[in-house]
Amino acid sequence: MEKENNHSRPVEESDVKDNSRRNFLKQSALLTAVAVTPAPAVMAAGMHLDEKIAEAFEKMPLKMEVNGKMLNLMVEPRSTLLDILREQLDLTGTKKGCDLGQCGACTVHVDGHRVNSCLTLGIMVNGKKVTTIEGLAKGNQLHPMQEAFLKHDGFQCGYCTPGQIMSAVACIREGHANSEHEIREYMSGNICRCGAYPNIVNAIQEVKEGGMAI
Amino acid sequence: MKQFQYLRASTQQGVLEAINKPGTKIIAGGTNLVDHMKHGLITPDKLVDINHLPLKGISPTKNGIHLGTLALNSVVSEDALVLQKQPLLSMALKAGASPQLRNMATVGGNIMQRTRCTYFYDTTMPCNKREPGTGCGAMEGYNRMHAIFGASAQCIAVHPSDMCVALVALDATVIVAGKKGERRIPFNEFHRLPDDHPELDNHLAKDEMIIGVEIPDNNFAKNSYYLKVRDRQSYAFALVSVAVAMDLSGGIIRRARLAMGGVAHKPWRLFEAEKFLEGKSVSEDTFKQAAQIAMQRAKAYEYNAFKLKMAPASIVEAMKQAAGLA
Repeated sequence: MEKENNHSRPVEESDVKDNSRRNFLKQSALLTAVAVTPAPAVMAAGMHLDEKIAEAFEKMPLKMEVNGKMLNLMVEPRSTLLDILREQLDLTGTKKGCDLGQCGACTVHVDGHRVNSCLTLGIMVNGKKVTTIEGLAKGNQLHPMQEAFLKHDGFQCGYCTPGQIMSAVACIREGHANSEHEIREYMSGNICRCGAYPNIVNAIQEVKEGGMAI
Repeated sequence: MKQFQYLRASTQQGVLEAINKPGTKIIAGGTNLVDHMKHGLITPDKLVDINHLPLKGISPTKNGIHLGTLALNSVVSEDALVLQKQPLLSMALKAGASPQLRNMATVGGNIMQRTRCTYFYDTTMPCNKREPGTGCGAMEGYNRMHAIFGASAQCIAVHPSDMCVALVALDATVIVAGKKGERRIPFNEFHRLPDDHPELDNHLAKDEMIIGVEIPDNNFAKNSYYLKVRDRQSYAFALVSVAVAMDLSGGIIRRARLAMGGVAHKPWRLFEAEKFLEGKSVSEDTFKQAAQIAMQRAKAYEYNAFKLKMAPASIVEAMKQAAGLA
């Protein structure tokens, strides 16, 4: 079983960081993963049917570029892009809200287009470029949209914020931020339970009117 | 989500061979299928990914537009040819889902999407569509979103698509491929009414796949409109939607096409109202009469009786918008 816990995670320099809370969460997630090992695999293990175990955990190669880094991973076909980003790559900025494509918290860019990563099978992103909220800033310099969200208080609890920002950047790039009405329509796939919508719209309008290439 | 085997199809022939086996499903955008798999509504053994087939194109034909089955909803909605020739389709697409979902969802997947009936989704409730013979939870349940046309004693679910409402109004054709070759199905004959087999949404055979849609040229571009009435202004399924396409000449309706969404198990074409409108002059009164004709066989359930008023009012409003009277 030990092998199954090894998430074939590429080690980056940024991984060497001290964040005990995050590490604790990470570990909890791993323990949960073991606890929900599919019943057939547990049964098969009991019966020493190694082949069945292999089948239950069958993984496939996935090559994708995430925030500018080319990664070679092994993933289960049923793993969503969201789960791969969060559990395998520790990119926990992308949030899991409804996990059903209804809230937009999981919004990322695939080849420049915003999508719901919770409804995207990771294996189907093979060969593509993924950008998450972690990929927007340039070093210590926040992306203009991140700055604008801070300035305009475009959040309260902050859970929907990464998805809102990824969607907001796409909204401007697509050319759908030309009026308050249009922004509201094209941001409708991102739900904010705290109701920070007016401030989110202000943030987007400011970035749009700033005319910066984003 | 249950484990499955993932196969990447490189040829159409390969797809047709694969889907012939039970437990195999095609995946394109996955927005509906992955949702279903997470809910445990279906548990396929194999998924065949068709995204690498060359079926994405949008192109002019001799007398219309061809949409490849893999053309994304977002791409179709902003395509110059579609905007110029069939703005109704663009309007309907933009009224559907969210920008993120439209960036994933395909033409074929939109046609194949299943009902959003909450009793279909709730595996603790009976549903003849999900499990034939178990009964219908919606019939005596909270049926606010449900059908007012063409329902049966087995099922009162509605088809959720906006795109399909526009396509049925525009006399589109679905092109499907099977082992014996291609066949063309008029859009209005593609989806089924529930009758005694609500588990079947459409007439696509198990060993066939959609490869494209064709929309014939028409004179509707100037006077068409898609009105969607929903619980919030955006990103919600229709309570009622109306697609209107008219060919007007000197204040006279030469031809009219009307269809509704959110009211039946299939995109609901209003043939009798269309016939009535032909040759009539453009006026609110004419539109009201057409709406009345359209509603003739409507039947409501406990919680959706409001649709009996909302639907005709929506028809009149959409027609006024299309005719420039609003």
